[in-house]
Amino acid sequence: MKPANGKPGTSMENKTGNWRSERPEVDQSKCIKCGQCQLNCPDGCIFVTEKGAEPNYDYCKGCGICANVCPVKCIKMVPEEK
Amino acid sequence: MVKPELENKELFKSGHTACAGCGVAVGLRHIMRALGKDTIVVNATGCTEIFTSAYPKSAWAVPYIHCVFENSAPVAAGISEALRAMGNDHTKVVVISGDGASYDIGFGHMSGMFERGHDVLYICYDNEAYMNTGVQRSGATPWKAHTTTSQVGKQIRGKMQFKKPLTEIVAAHNVPYVATSTSAHYADLQQKVQKAKEIKGPSFLNVLMTCVPGWGTTPSLSMQYLKDAVDTHVWPLMEIENGFSKLSMKPEKKPVEAYLKGQKRFRHLTEEDIAEIQEMIDERWDHWVWKEKVDQERKAGLEASE
Ligand SMILES: Cc1ncc(C[n+]2csc(CCOP(=O)(O)OP(=O)(O)O)c2C)c(N)n1
Ligand code: SF4
Ligand SMILES: [Mg+2]
Repeated sequence: MKPANGKPGTSMENKTGNWRSERPEVDQSKCIKCGQCQLNCPDGCIFVTEKGAEPNYDYCKGCGICANVCPVKCIKMVPEEK
Repeated sequence: MVKPELENKELFKSGHTACAGCGVAVGLRHIMRALGKDTIVVNATGCTEIFTSAYPKSAWAVPYIHCVFENSAPVAAGISEALRAMGNDHTKVVVISGDGASYDIGFGHMSGMFERGHDVLYICYDNEAYMNTGVQRSGATPWKAHTTTSQVGKQIRGKMQFKKPLTEIVAAHNVPYVATSTSAHYADLQQKVQKAKEIKGPSFLNVLMTCVPGWGTTPSLSMQYLKDAVDTHVWPLMEIENGFSKLSMKPEKKPVEAYLKGQKRFRHLTEEDIAEIQEMIDERWDHWVWKEKVDQERKAGLEASE
């Protein structure tokens, strides 16, 4: 009998990035790497790297929480063009 | 090198299908991070089930079981007892269920689980209505809020009843660790989850989480509303340990309007309504400040006489 639920962690196969109508763009020169964006992202798709915050557009739904919580306002929401 | 709290150790994965800006998804990330791998999640019907476990995929990087609406507490109790009988004394069984499941439909079963004292951490994610079925009022919906079953008209102006005091009701079961938090207070939330996890026995967290369509809020403001809920004293952060209550934060009070404004569920409120809500919030806050004082004095007295 097959298990009633999927394999752990397989939601990663859903690329929810295509839901997005706005995209966060980071000015990494202003980023202070505090991690507020990463900590408050519902989709776990923005990460602080050596270079500064980096969104993963495969999953980002464009909610804009990261831009809202950023203390130095280095994330801007930009309309997606289709 | 990135700070330890920013290391990518997600146990709650991307690709789930929560609404953009869902406050519940933020909270679940923190909860899973604090719980760690040695966890079994039991989840009642609701948004969390729907957006994390659409067959054949799962957003949980730990074992997960969905059960019917009313049943998460008994299922968790059974798993916990089975693990202990098999000699496993470490895996934590954790319920993560909504307010509809916890305040209302699974309430009796949850009460029984606490009374019997199983080793289970029960986390209620409180988004203040039955969201997955399109926003019906629950015992957790606040006074005067609009939902599809607490409508606004000439006579009736949103929910006519107060929010059920679930945190206190659970504490009255002599549960050794009871606490409140929100998705936006990640340090507070993670610390409380870790503390609750270590309890050998029952523990309870009531965690306020924004719902974008249910509250009628702008997705980017999901964390701001939760911060305002705490700063206006609408949702006091607290711990009740062995019956002794303690406020985790005593923010200088913002007027309740700061929290209510911009939420569509409250847009019908008149100045009079807001004044009434303010009065109720102030009374509740005074009660908690008073209770903390009494409890902490009593605790200090008991410790001194030991
Ligand atoms: C016994 C039973 N009654 C009703 C339903 C329909 N139902 C499914 S999800 C849901 C709402 C769940 O509300 P809550 O527990 O607050 O979680 P949320 O969706 O808000 O995350 C309802 C009413 C059900 N599945 N089972
Ligand atoms: S309806 Fe509300 S709780 Fe459900 S996924 Fe959407 S924002 Fe989250
Ligand atoms: Mg709910």
